[in-house]
Amino acid sequence: MELLSGGEMIARALEDEGVEYIFGYPGGAVLHIYDALFKDCKVPHILVRHEQAATHAADGYARATGKPGVVLVTSGPGATNAITGIATAYMDSIPMVVLSGQVQSHLIGEDAFQETDMIGISRPIVKHSFMVKRAEDIPLMIKKAFYIASTGRPGPVVVDIPKDITRPDEKFEYRYPDSVKMRSYAPAQRGHTGQIKKAAKLLLSAKRPVIYAGGGVVQGEGSELLTRLARELNYPVTNTLMGLGAFPATDRQFLGMLGMHGFYEANMAMHHSDVILAVGARFDDRVTNTVSKFCPGAKVIHVDVDPAAISKTVMADIPIVGPVQSVLEEMLNQISLISEKNADQPDQGALERWWHQIDEWRDKHGLWSGRRYGESEKIMPQQVIESLYRVTKGDAYVTSDVGQHQMFAAQYYRFDQPRRWINSGGLGTMGFGLPAAMGVKLAFPDMDVACVTGEGSIQMNIQELSTCTQYNTPVKIINLRNNYLGMVKQWQDMQYEGRYAMSTYEDSLPDFVKLMEAYGHVGMQVRKLEDLDAKMEEAFAMKDKLVFLDIIIDPMEHVYPMHVAPNGSMKDMWLSKNERT
Amino acid sequence: MRRIISILLENEPGALSRVVGLFSQRGYNIETLNVAPTDDPTLSRLTLTSVGDDKQIEQITKHLNKLIDVVKLVDLTEGAHIERDLMLIKVRAQGALRDEVKRTTDIFRGQIVDVGPNVYTIQLAGTSDKLDSFVAAMAGMDILEVVRSGVAGISRGEKVLSL
Repeated sequence: MELLSGGEMIARALEDEGVEYIFGYPGGAVLHIYDALFKDCKVPHILVRHEQAATHAADGYARATGKPGVVLVTSGPGATNAITGIATAYMDSIPMVVLSGQVQSHLIGEDAFQETDMIGISRPIVKHSFMVKRAEDIPLMIKKAFYIASTGRPGPVVVDIPKDITRPDEKFEYRYPDSVKMRSYAPAQRGHTGQIKKAAKLLLSAKRPVIYAGGGVVQGEGSELLTRLARELNYPVTNTLMGLGAFPATDRQFLGMLGMHGFYEANMAMHHSDVILAVGARFDDRVTNTVSKFCPGAKVIHVDVDPAAISKTVMADIPIVGPVQSVLEEMLNQISLISEKNADQPDQGALERWWHQIDEWRDKHGLWSGRRYGESEKIMPQQVIESLYRVTKGDAYVTSDVGQHQMFAAQYYRFDQPRRWINSGGLGTMGFGLPAAMGVKLAFPDMDVACVTGEGSIQMNIQELSTCTQYNTPVKIINLRNNYLGMVKQWQDMQYEGRYAMSTYEDSLPDFVKLMEAYGHVGMQVRKLEDLDAKMEEAFAMKDKLVFLDIIIDPMEHVYPMHVAPNGSMKDMWLSKNERT
Repeated sequence: MRRIISILLENEPGALSRVVGLFSQRGYNIETLNVAPTDDPTLSRLTLTSVGDDKQIEQITKHLNKLIDVVKLVDLTEGAHIERDLMLIKVRAQGALRDEVKRTTDIFRGQIVDVGPNVYTIQLAGTSDKLDSFVAAMAGMDILEVVRSGVAGISRGEKVLSL
């Protein structure tokens, strides 16, 4: 058996785990590990410019590929800088393994240089964490970290490694385990058959059904089965912000996104439905609006791999705990069994009336059935996303930051495939978009990767432009520039009589075109609508260049629809500045 | 409603802080908490009491179960069970009060486990209600110090919480 030091074991274990990229930043406590990576490790390491970006890049990689993202940071500030990215991954259930250095074992608790209690600080935002106490435990702990991060409801796992554990002069026998079993961790493998049968019956008896699919369908690779189920039944589907792409957006059965900035037809259908099939979704407050007024006539079937997600906010009439794939497969079987015996189910007449009603809603206020935004001399933000969609033929990976641009991208880019829409939904982390795009581009170098952002968000991790130069990750940055923190401004317009407290930059914004040149990238400003498509084409034609499109948009535009709050229900929406349901 | 949740926990560093952290993180309350090793050195047994409605308690047990270090748990209040809280209480015992303290202790079947010229230390085990009643009965005396273990519980009959 081979003898390796702690540091070497980490490098080797990452290789044996099949890791494609390590995103990280060196420092005192991880120097032994970095030396081991330098000497003998096939896994390339991407040196970011700030540890937060390492976590977002690993996160983007994980969302696009489905494989855990891997982060390596040093102790103290390295670890604390990673926290925002870990919380981002936790809120959206993204598999990630974070290796953090720690001061030497004998110094722990003494407020040593660059010491911080990483296990303690990260505790509420990780799926699990380990502190390595003995070098011999490294292979098993890393195996466990990957196993926990990527199974059940995925999430980030932190492995904290004191420096002395990785010292090069002490060698141990190394064998990487093929598999791991833990007595205290057994994620559900399949749903309860009786419950699935009940659910299938209820689903088939529905007169006004809606399928409400969330990020769990994307993460759980359930898109194909969900699409099959929806098409077999001819039931309408709405996706959450996290679920976009789980059901193809260009399908006639797709109602668009639901929730606070969801489509009129999606929110209306939910509110008036009699049966909701919720799959891999968690009835987030950005979806439900006021919970007590949520879908008053609906019976709820809730499928989720995490039992704690079920009946957390909205009580499920039929809870089903299990991985979406196996549950949907079994549900499809049950449905065909029942409909063989009952030719009158589902009630086609009722379904036809339901679709008629939905199409009426869609024609009236649907975002894709007519132009719903106003005229302006300036470019409208919606037009930018429409142009991006046209130019990339709907086939790009689109990451976003957080704010109005995120909602416009979610509304106007029609995602036909899962894992193409990459955004921070749960935590709402500004600064996510660019590093996430980097991670996606590294995973899929031949694909178009666009980062839709605003001048607020982009400046939160703009230093990563340098990382993009170093590793040649030619992503396209679509900057919706309105010179305001747009979403903050929208709320200030709607609820604070236009008092723009700290939401403008005055004249402080950099010249983004020059900034791009400074980093060796290409920057272009677009002011006129007639130039938009041409510039967008030009940007995506430069395959090996990072291009930043600084697009000057109408600063007064708001995102609509928007739920009326507080005390509104799903159907209470602002449709424009002066029109509401 | 008051619930007694009993947990088999991996005897790992930081495991207890995950349980306690969960309660503060999600805004649940802990009334009592008792934790100690078991006959299996890899496991700790933890008993906690919490007050909440059914929905809240269901969420608490689900989230506890999600913690990787939680091996198994049971809500003891769902069935017949035995609960014990241990109290040590130090009271001033001088003059006429000395007899009164002794009498009250006897009535509650407590034991005086330490005797000083001016103080008694009484040990009393039982349900939390019984201990509360004793403290109430001693209200007229001069209570110097109270320490309680928190509830430890086990189900009645053959039902066991084990691996």
